[in-house]
Amino acid sequence: MKDILLTITENVIIAKNVCRMTLSGDVSEIRNPGEFINIRLDGFYLRRPISVYDLSDDTVTIIYKVVGRGTAAMSRMTAGETLQVLTGLGNGYDLSPSGERPLLIGGGVGVPPLHLLSKRLIAQGRDVSVILGFNTADEVFGEEAFRALGCHVTVTTVDGSRGVKGFVTDALPADYTYFYTCGPEPMLKAVYRATNTSGQFSFEERMGCGFGACMGCSCKTITGYKRICKDGPVLKKEEILWTD
Amino acid sequence: MDRLSVNLCGISLDNPVIPASGTFGYGYEFAELYDINLLGAFSFKGTTREPRFGNPTPRIAECTAGMINAVGLQNPGVDRVISEELPRLKKVFRKPVMANVSGFSVEDYAYTCALLDKEEQVGWLEVNVSCPNVHGGGMSFGTSPEAAAEVTRAVKAVTAKPVIIKLSPNVTDIVSIAQACEDAGADGISLINTLLGMRIDLRTKRPVIANTMGGFSGPAIFPVALRMVYQVARAVKIPVVGMGGVSTAEDVIEMMLAGATAVEVGAANLINPMTCKEIIEALPAVMDQYGINTLSEIIGGA
Repeated sequence: MKDILLTITENVIIAKNVCRMTLSGDVSEIRNPGEFINIRLDGFYLRRPISVYDLSDDTVTIIYKVVGRGTAAMSRMTAGETLQVLTGLGNGYDLSPSGERPLLIGGGVGVPPLHLLSKRLIAQGRDVSVILGFNTADEVFGEEAFRALGCHVTVTTVDGSRGVKGFVTDALPADYTYFYTCGPEPMLKAVYRATNTSGQFSFEERMGCGFGACMGCSCKTITGYKRICKDGPVLKKEEILWTD
Repeated sequence: MDRLSVNLCGISLDNPVIPASGTFGYGYEFAELYDINLLGAFSFKGTTREPRFGNPTPRIAECTAGMINAVGLQNPGVDRVISEELPRLKKVFRKPVMANVSGFSVEDYAYTCALLDKEEQVGWLEVNVSCPNVHGGGMSFGTSPEAAAEVTRAVKAVTAKPVIIKLSPNVTDIVSIAQACEDAGADGISLINTLLGMRIDLRTKRPVIANTMGGFSGPAIFPVALRMVYQVARAVKIPVVGMGGVSTAEDVIEMMLAGATAVEVGAANLINPMTCKEIIEALPAVMDQYGINTLSEIIGGA
């Protein structure tokens, strides 16, 4: 974990209420896909935890949805402005059990962490399939970026305005060796039921600190209590205990 | 360092800065960032007789200049705190630590304190009679002078360590409760715990916090906390530990002028994990700016 000042190099709208921001500076503490950063915003008390979309030696890219006043303020920031950011948070995905043909399933702003994951899996020579689920065509993002990495991409929309009509679980392929997923909890539950291999789930929760001190984001698992921010956000299928 | 040192219930502190219980875990996360031995002390996560998961999530809500939490005393229980957390803690913190204790009955408090009394690392017992996030315990002991005094007497009977009673601001007359604790033998008073608050999500039109209400903390509560510390410090002879919205070296000095012997820092640790280190490093220059020679001489000076 490191608290550092990063400089915005890009902040653009890429879909309805969705922005992509690239920050430059010391990002050495960020290691695994599925990790998140926690961003301090002027005038807002709590930081905004946002997952890592892409990473280079000196930049980190995030994709975030404008959901409230904080993220709206973030969306108005421009290149050259700086942000105080806690980096190196969360456990991230474990690539080792992926097998030859991993399946990645993302819903809405659950899609971003799968991008860096795809990049790393492809670098390991895996044959990666990705299902990207959205409500409507104007919310869709990332399709081209995943294709450019060399993934097999399927887009689903609930209203059928783009790609396969329905939910991500309506587009599951017959054959995959393992899966990785991130998205809203109803989607995660559907994926849990519809998949026939082991896999990893990335969870979202309202956080206080984001680094394991406050117990604000705890959940129960088969293996005991876990903090989403520190022991997660990624949990393995076998340890998940749904609360309802 | 002598300019910053204070004496809290017979134990000397290098400086008055103490991370507050529940905002610092058992210190490990912060020890990754800086040497936490530069702290005066710290108060570890509230400990109960039995393990507790706490409340359902969401447990956190943002506010203007603050936050609400409804964690609900999640902790592994006193047995595991002693067998697992304290040995790990010893590796990163070599000073006396403040053991924060909560309970659901007078017997609970006494049981947990009696076990922690045997631990060499524990300098003080901070007895929380003020948690707003659990039912049938916690705050219910801190809302009447009689109940607070009963807990104080029960804990004092089982420990030789200094007992600091942590009070709730969610009462009509905090002074009478502080006095009742002093009369029952308390060695110190710490205040304030969080203020009961809530937020409603406009999209769902439901409370943000799963437990509906929670404890409000952060800079927004500082003036309320300062006022209560001032009132209590003038009414009791035992040392007072001030907390509530403290985020800067200037806040620490204000708390001490109001009567605090030591100052706990809570929510600020969660927003900027370097807060306590930055406060301690800033104190000498801020003292110079205001013509303060030593911190111990300003206690209650206002």
